Amino acid sequence: MASLTAHALRKSYGGREVIAGIDLELRPGECFGLLGPNGAGKTTTLRLCLGLTEPDSGAISMFGMPVPREAREARARVGVVPQIDNLDPDFTARENLLVYGRYFGMSNARIAARVPALLEFAGLANRADDNIKALSGGMKRRLTLARALINDPALIFLDEPTTGLDPQARHLIWERLRQLLAQGKTIFLTTHFMDEAERLCHRLAIMDRGRVIASGSPRELIGAHIEPQVVEVFGDGAEAWANAHGASLSERCEKTGDTTFCYARNVGPLLQDLEARPELRYLHRPANLEDVFLRLTGRDLRD
Amino acid sequence: MSNVTKYCALPRLSWRFIHVWRRNAMVWRKLAIPSMLGNLADPMLYMLGFGYGLGRMMPDVFGGTSYIAFLAAGMVCSSTMMSASFEAMYSGFSRMHVQRTWDAIMNAPVTLDDVLIGEAVWAASKSLLSAIAVLVVAAALGLAQSWLALWALPVMFVTGIAFGSLGLVMTALSPSYDFFMYYFTLFITPMMLLCGVFFPVDQLPQALQHAAALLPLTHAVALVRPLMNDTVPPGVAIHLCVLLLYAMAGFYGALALTRRRLLT
Repeated sequence: MASLTAHALRKSYGGREVIAGIDLELRPGECFGLLGPNGAGKTTTLRLCLGLTEPDSGAISMFGMPVPREAREARARVGVVPQIDNLDPDFTARENLLVYGRYFGMSNARIAARVPALLEFAGLANRADDNIKALSGGMKRRLTLARALINDPALIFLDEPTTGLDPQARHLIWERLRQLLAQGKTIFLTTHFMDEAERLCHRLAIMDRGRVIASGSPRELIGAHIEPQVVEVFGDGAEAWANAHGASLSERCEKTGDTTFCYARNVGPLLQDLEARPELRYLHRPANLEDVFLRLTGRDLRD
Repeated sequence: MSNVTKYCALPRLSWRFIHVWRRNAMVWRKLAIPSMLGNLADPMLYMLGFGYGLGRMMPDVFGGTSYIAFLAAGMVCSSTMMSASFEAMYSGFSRMHVQRTWDAIMNAPVTLDDVLIGEAVWAASKSLLSAIAVLVVAAALGLAQSWLALWALPVMFVTGIAFGSLGLVMTALSPSYDFFMYYFTLFITPMMLLCGVFFPVDQLPQALQHAAALLPLTHAVALVRPLMNDTVPPGVAIHLCVLLLYAMAGFYGALALTRRRLLT
């Protein structure tokens, strides 16, 4: 049985359709990513799945229970790491876990038995009795993740789990999420970091303007939507060069600011040409999810 | 189902509200002493200032009781009103909007209905503590010497639910902390002055007496003052009904408005 399914979801706010017909299915044990620019409808999709708001139409089911009608019961088996930190600032790390466990109807003794391992998991064993205000952003994020695990959930929702964290803190979160996957947990995460999605997700869906515009594994998406090699060309003469030579030596050229992106299956001739032009700087790399994402959602700024 | 019917569905009662109550109580315990002293400071100043100061100038005008004893009953009620209102508005708004504590709770198997019941009962519990504190001081000063005064406590709990719920209505509507000043200026301060806290309501012009009769604090005072003066209050049923009506209507309004704010 799927952990979570959503079928033909729609949701409007004040006449503006924020979710315009979405289908999702999460299989047990997988990490499923929802990617999209700001305002694509990622957070609304999560809120719908948790039963915190009702869809205008469509059907959601979590562990076979209809949402929102039995969302409360379904949430007993779910952990949530929200986008905005909402740890309890009046409590210590340990107290945050204790109080949160009670919301699940757990006894103090049962919570106390779980807390040491969770603090260890969060790397906060020696900060257990520190006030939340004394913790760094990365520590708070890890504590929020530990809090989401207090009820030993089968499914974990993470809304942009590493936004605002430094690289060390991000890598630590990713490592912890891989541990959870290894334990057999199902993860549903939203992100706009492509490297995050590429590292963690077995399957993902790219959302834009309330719709899923592509879905599959990261490799499938790259294979289906983009040429495998990319050469980025920078510098003053880049645009003139692209018009005169780059366009004919690659399958596709795109310009953003002072950088030109050339996509090709075989970049040999392109690189040879660039070797002879010392005034141009360039970077050759394999195509990644970000290229797919930008191709599908465009390079315009979203606010 | 239309949005209005959805938001206006009857509250679903559950014992899960206890989790929310316990969370608030656990925070309060950390600051219990300063919090209690803060709750006592205002009513004490009024009682000492007005009670002794003003009271010296008008002995025996209150049917044989001293002015300070008259005032003490008003202070029990007004401190209950203040304490419940502050808790539901300033602290409630912090938990709803600033700290997003309610969001965190609703990600667990707890509903918004549970959260609001927990908050209303918590505001009432905290205001009951204020009432007890004032009552204890009044008793120590010899201003409440009857065991009947203990009946003031359940009355103050209902009063606390009423003012807590009305405060939660404002919290549901508020864009920021500044908004609560309107409520204090337009609702709480008039009640403080017109509902019999400082002088009997029957001293007011007829029209204002009628207005005062519609306000919840009037009915709380009408019950507590006789109880503290060793008398069974006349018209217990009607006063209790008004308080219960404010409590129920206030809570229902707060729930519908908070659902509209948070569950869209």
